[in-house]
Amino acid sequence: MMETKLADARSGEDSFLTDDFLRQLMSVGEADIIVGLPTLDNAKTISPILDAIQTGLVRFFPRDRAAIINADAGSHDGTRELAMAAAIDDVRRNSKVSALRTLHSISTQYDPSEGSALRSFLAAAELLRPRACAVISPDATHITPDWIANLLQPVYRESCDLVLPTYSRHKFDGILSTNLLYPMTRAIYGLRIREPYAAEFAFSGHLANDFMSQHSWREETARIGCETYFTATAITGGYRVCQSFLGVKDRTEARPADLVPAIRRTVGALFASLEPTFSSWSTRKGSHSIPTTGAEGEFTLEPLPINRTRLREMFASGVAELESVFRSILSPATLAELQRIAPREDAYYSAELWAKTIYEFAAAFHKSVINRDHIIQALAPLFRGRALTFLVENEQSTAAGVENNIEGLCLEFERWKPYLLELWQDGE
Amino acid sequence: MREMIMSELHQAVLELVRGFAHFLPRFIVLLIIAFAGWVVAYLLQIFLRSILRLIHFDKLSENAGASQLLTKAALPPPTELAGRFAFWIAWLGFILLGVSVLGISGLQDQVAKFFLFLPRLVVALFIMFLGLLGAGFVARAALLAAVNANVPSPRLLSVSIRMVIIIFAVSMMFEELGVAEQTVLVAFGIAFGAVMFGLAIAFGLGGKDLARRFLEDRFARAQHRHEHGDELSPL
Repeated sequence: MMETKLADARSGEDSFLTDDFLRQLMSVGEADIIVGLPTLDNAKTISPILDAIQTGLVRFFPRDRAAIINADAGSHDGTRELAMAAAIDDVRRNSKVSALRTLHSISTQYDPSEGSALRSFLAAAELLRPRACAVISPDATHITPDWIANLLQPVYRESCDLVLPTYSRHKFDGILSTNLLYPMTRAIYGLRIREPYAAEFAFSGHLANDFMSQHSWREETARIGCETYFTATAITGGYRVCQSFLGVKDRTEARPADLVPAIRRTVGALFASLEPTFSSWSTRKGSHSIPTTGAEGEFTLEPLPINRTRLREMFASGVAELESVFRSILSPATLAELQRIAPREDAYYSAELWAKTIYEFAAAFHKSVINRDHIIQALAPLFRGRALTFLVENEQSTAAGVENNIEGLCLEFERWKPYLLELWQDGE
Repeated sequence: MREMIMSELHQAVLELVRGFAHFLPRFIVLLIIAFAGWVVAYLLQIFLRSILRLIHFDKLSENAGASQLLTKAALPPPTELAGRFAFWIAWLGFILLGVSVLGISGLQDQVAKFFLFLPRLVVALFIMFLGLLGAGFVARAALLAAVNANVPSPRLLSVSIRMVIIIFAVSMMFEELGVAEQTVLVAFGIAFGAVMFGLAIAFGLGGKDLARRFLEDRFARAQHRHEHGDELSPL
């Protein structure tokens, strides 16, 4: 049985899975639960995260066969060694509950140019046939064992196929999520998913197999943004999608250079995923909530130093310098409005203008009016402008005020969806 | 005497008629070849236009910046221009083929030279198009990278890169055509060297304060950001 699956895996994922990884998976046999931990130079944070995962599995799933799979993208700081050395016995000794079944811990290395860590986890899920799988970010330093239960139980006990997280986070953290990914995903697919690009999530083995059979890993956007494709597959495939509140999400230290790669792997993947799913999303109207365990998200309000002058300067210079690029992407009216607001000290990038801008970018991406990666890069200065407006609008806002602001933005995206459809089908 | 004149005249008329009789069929062949050439060239034009429209050649040219150049020169769109170019080249080729049938001495060498030159002309135009395409792409990539990295004068950087690539493509095109090879090579060397020397002087002397401010600003800001975390956390 295992040899047949192994042969299937070799034929399907021939160049991606290493022989060593396949041998380790064979030694596991079958598992009820898989927890994936993608890493790249995370030696500083990996040990407590592994400890929390192991404790969560031993405490909440003591009767189930579980495997922790570390997929490493080529760490040089000993991350893999730490992952392999993590001893389950220490957890058992410290835990009041003893696991009745084996808890495996395996590690593999993958080539980032060929796929993502998620690909390793999905391939492992194809072989081990688990009922539930979870992925945990190596930056989740606030993780507690409860996260494992909150993510896996809706899949394991309530037949959900995809569990996405909600967090308690600062009102100005994750602005790309709150100002673009959430409103656009909600308007397009009609589901109010707070974190469409999740660092921690869980899914059923059934969804994993379905995604593996459909997804092509050949294109770069399909590899780097596969999490977005995964969510889109679950939504358009009619799978049960739900959310689960995990708790506090850490503030990730970001550099200016991080913005474009972040936009590329989230917004780029979101735009690209619209093409194969057009027939599904084009007919959806409005949006509705999805089953959520715990809060739908919380905002903390402590002061956060953000350099607004720099945001304004980069927005203004971006609009001025990239005029020739924007002329290929944006409508004359949208570009004229941006050129009017960008140089002003009190630049105000309204929700309506932002929604129209994003839809024009999505249509330009679909039609490949210029190189697609250039379209994505051109969005970065405009995002800074929108982020600046969001900061100003919500400077004194309470958590409820921020929530209302985001809700207003989402409604604008929903209101302007016919405009996207019009742009999308124009000339086809 | 009179008879002699009449005989010579008769002979001359006969030679003229013979020459005309010799020339007329060849001329008719020339006309037939020219007509057949026109039909072939017209079909080629239609076929090429369809292919270029199918591969969105106009959009490709627009991205390369070639369309803008053509518009400024009041020329038709790239697909139309390429179609017309193919038509005239093909028809001219057929006409010259027909002319060579006439057997006019000296003309045949010129016709042969034209046919030898034709592939080089096509290759040269192809090099120029690729050069414009590459220049447009690289210049835009540089512009976007510079804007997102907050580098001063991104448009100047982008235009400079575009100009260097276009100059390089033009010199390659002339070399392929065999037009003033040495002159173009020397001119390119001088122009390229002058640009690099100018940049070296500008950055080394004129821009030393700017460079210092830029580096200080960059590293000081990076340090400041590290200490105060003033950047957005997008995800």
